Amino acid sequence: MASKFLLVAQREYLTRVRKKSFIILTLAVPLLLAAFGFIIAKVASSDNDTTDVVEVRDDSGLNVASRLVSTPQLRFETASGTLAEAKKGFQKAKHDGLVYLPAGLDVEKPTGVQFFGKGNISLKKQLAVENALNKAFSELKMQKSGLTQDQLDRLRSKVDLQAISLDESGKEADSNALATSGTAYALALAIYLFIFIYGVQIMRGVGEEKSSRIMEVMLSSVKPFDLMMGKIVGIAAVGLTQFLLWGVLSFGVSSVVMPMLMHDDKPKTEVAATPAPGAAKAAADDEPRSAAAAFDKGMDAQKQQPMMTGRFKVFEVLANLPLGTILFGFIIYFLGGYLLYGALFGAVGAAVDDQTDTQQFMFPITMPLILSYIVGVSVILRNPDGPVAFWMSMFPLTSPIAMVIRLPFGVPMWQLGLSIFLLILGFIGTVWVAARIYRVGILMYGKKVTYKELGKWMFYKG
Amino acid sequence: MKPILEAIDVRKAYANHVALSGVSLEIPEGSIFGLLGPNGAGKTSLIRIITQITGADEGEIRFRGERLNPSHIAQIGYLPEERGLYKKMKVGEQLLYLAQLRGLSRSDATARIKHWLNRFEIKEWAGKNVEDLSKGMQQKVQFIATVLHDPKLIILDEPFSGFDPINANLIKDEILELRKQGATIIFSTHRMESVEEMCDNIALINRSRKVLDGPINLIRDQFKTNTYEVEGKGKLILVHPDFEVVEQKERENGHFYARVQLHAGVRPNDLLRYLIGAVEVEAFREKIPSINEIFIRRVRETMPETLTETANALL
Repeated sequence: MASKFLLVAQREYLTRVRKKSFIILTLAVPLLLAAFGFIIAKVASSDNDTTDVVEVRDDSGLNVASRLVSTPQLRFETASGTLAEAKKGFQKAKHDGLVYLPAGLDVEKPTGVQFFGKGNISLKKQLAVENALNKAFSELKMQKSGLTQDQLDRLRSKVDLQAISLDESGKEADSNALATSGTAYALALAIYLFIFIYGVQIMRGVGEEKSSRIMEVMLSSVKPFDLMMGKIVGIAAVGLTQFLLWGVLSFGVSSVVMPMLMHDDKPKTEVAATPAPGAAKAAADDEPRSAAAAFDKGMDAQKQQPMMTGRFKVFEVLANLPLGTILFGFIIYFLGGYLLYGALFGAVGAAVDDQTDTQQFMFPITMPLILSYIVGVSVILRNPDGPVAFWMSMFPLTSPIAMVIRLPFGVPMWQLGLSIFLLILGFIGTVWVAARIYRVGILMYGKKVTYKELGKWMFYKG
Repeated sequence: MKPILEAIDVRKAYANHVALSGVSLEIPEGSIFGLLGPNGAGKTSLIRIITQITGADEGEIRFRGERLNPSHIAQIGYLPEERGLYKKMKVGEQLLYLAQLRGLSRSDATARIKHWLNRFEIKEWAGKNVEDLSKGMQQKVQFIATVLHDPKLIILDEPFSGFDPINANLIKDEILELRKQGATIIFSTHRMESVEEMCDNIALINRSRKVLDGPINLIRDQFKTNTYEVEGKGKLILVHPDFEVVEQKERENGHFYARVQLHAGVRPNDLLRYLIGAVEVEAFREKIPSINEIFIRRVRETMPETLTETANALL
């Protein structure tokens, strides 16, 4: 009866939402996220703000030192004194390294250049120094072959590659692989976490009902199917409430607290606190590029502007994604995946007597879920139209995550349709199986259940 | 009286065993019906079919002449032997929830909960979590949950377990009161003294079959062996053409106790007449078998030979 199903769902919802642990968790997670984001932003900005100072001892006579270009992250200074003095000198001055260009250095084949650093030298630092040296030497070579300084200046260029994706009809759209991947990743993670967190709650709930021996009383008023589905739907509502509150609170915390904490800082620090990981990732990616462009012009004052346009570009790219399809698909796979797995988790809770026995039955359920997530973010994200992506997005146990990852990259309509059809079939199938296991299992006490026995339960009559 | 519930040739089998085979019962409206049988006989299976937790493989259950269906759930109350409540739920909310599942409206349920909590003098417990209640208290709440929706048929499986004698008596009075108001009660228990005290009719199930049923006084009559108990002073002779002395115990000061079985056609007055001439009679009464004796006798009779031996060894 529909009203009984609603009563069950309502009870499941209200008893959980009123629990202290629910309230605490709902409030604590956004704060933790904000704190986490704050720390990351702080670390990231402090990393960008520091300038490595590298001294240069140039004995080559080629005047390489004057050609080394400084950036805000890396500044070159001429070292004074002999090499031995300079070695001691840079450490005393708390500088980060010393480049030594020995006498008689061959422009064509510059070997023997040394880089001294305090302790271990980070790869990033080494690469930056190498990069600067390479540029200096190529300029030297070009000058040797007869180019003037003026010509050299004009040769220097900075290409900003704009990626444009063409769809089948030839329509152009700005493509940003990272914005797309970021969206895909975020959607998959949301589904994965939701199924796991609340699926396990279903299992626990059934286990508690079983161990409190209330099942027989319940079953004399409610059909097992209504009891199971009421629980699954009630817990889904709990999950949606919690996710929604997390979203709103995270947004609130980040928009109120973050500017207060970071008032002195540049807009880029907001990035880490933005709730949508897709946008955050894309924006983070855009930064170094636009920032680099700004520095190449050597004008610190203009730094702000290209960064802002970078941010707007991300939104533009996001807007170019098939948002309607993504939203529709996400809702379908989110609900379908949860209901499908929820029924299975419920069946496990019903089948076992003891929470410790759940492990053996959990494995075949969590396996496809974990697998689709891992394969999803590694293989499918890189090759969203490959055979792995195709088959995993068809199989109902893996499609909720696999297909959602593919959605932002664009999926042919027939594939989406087939996958949803199979998901619905799979959902009906698992709910049927789960309901039968549930119906028998909830009244089975003190028996260690085997897979063989579960198989028999399928065919028990009413 | 018209039966409120009829079971017609009910059969239920599980994967490895038959729980009920060809069980037919009639439960008269307004009676207290004792459903008896050793552990594993099939009582719980039958109850679960009546409460629609499971269905019968064959046969039919009729509730007031109608084939049993989900619309009858609101008219049946069930207190299972394996009982429990949601531990983290408040008593009042829990009762409300269970009553609504049984089809009561919210306002109806609230009024009745108030009535019953007052009646059991546990009003102040309504706001407490079930897990904070003592076991006896939880049992009371559970009993209220069973009868809250004013069911016409109440099934009580071992209702007195977990109650101290005072509360057991309270529950007993409630059961009798419910019957007075017209409810029918199916009462499944191993406590034979409460069966004898309360039941109007009984049915005995053993090894998936009904082996005995009917009004309790008729069954007793049926199991009478024409045996009389005699107490007096003197000495009975052991052999007589009309009767046989089954047992004779001597007591102090020449008193005795004896069980005497009459031969066919001999009336108790014949025995009495003989006794008056032979000894000084202090007590004379018919030996009526207890339900307990009938139960054990019938269970033994309906067991296959090999099992009877093991049962004898155990008893």
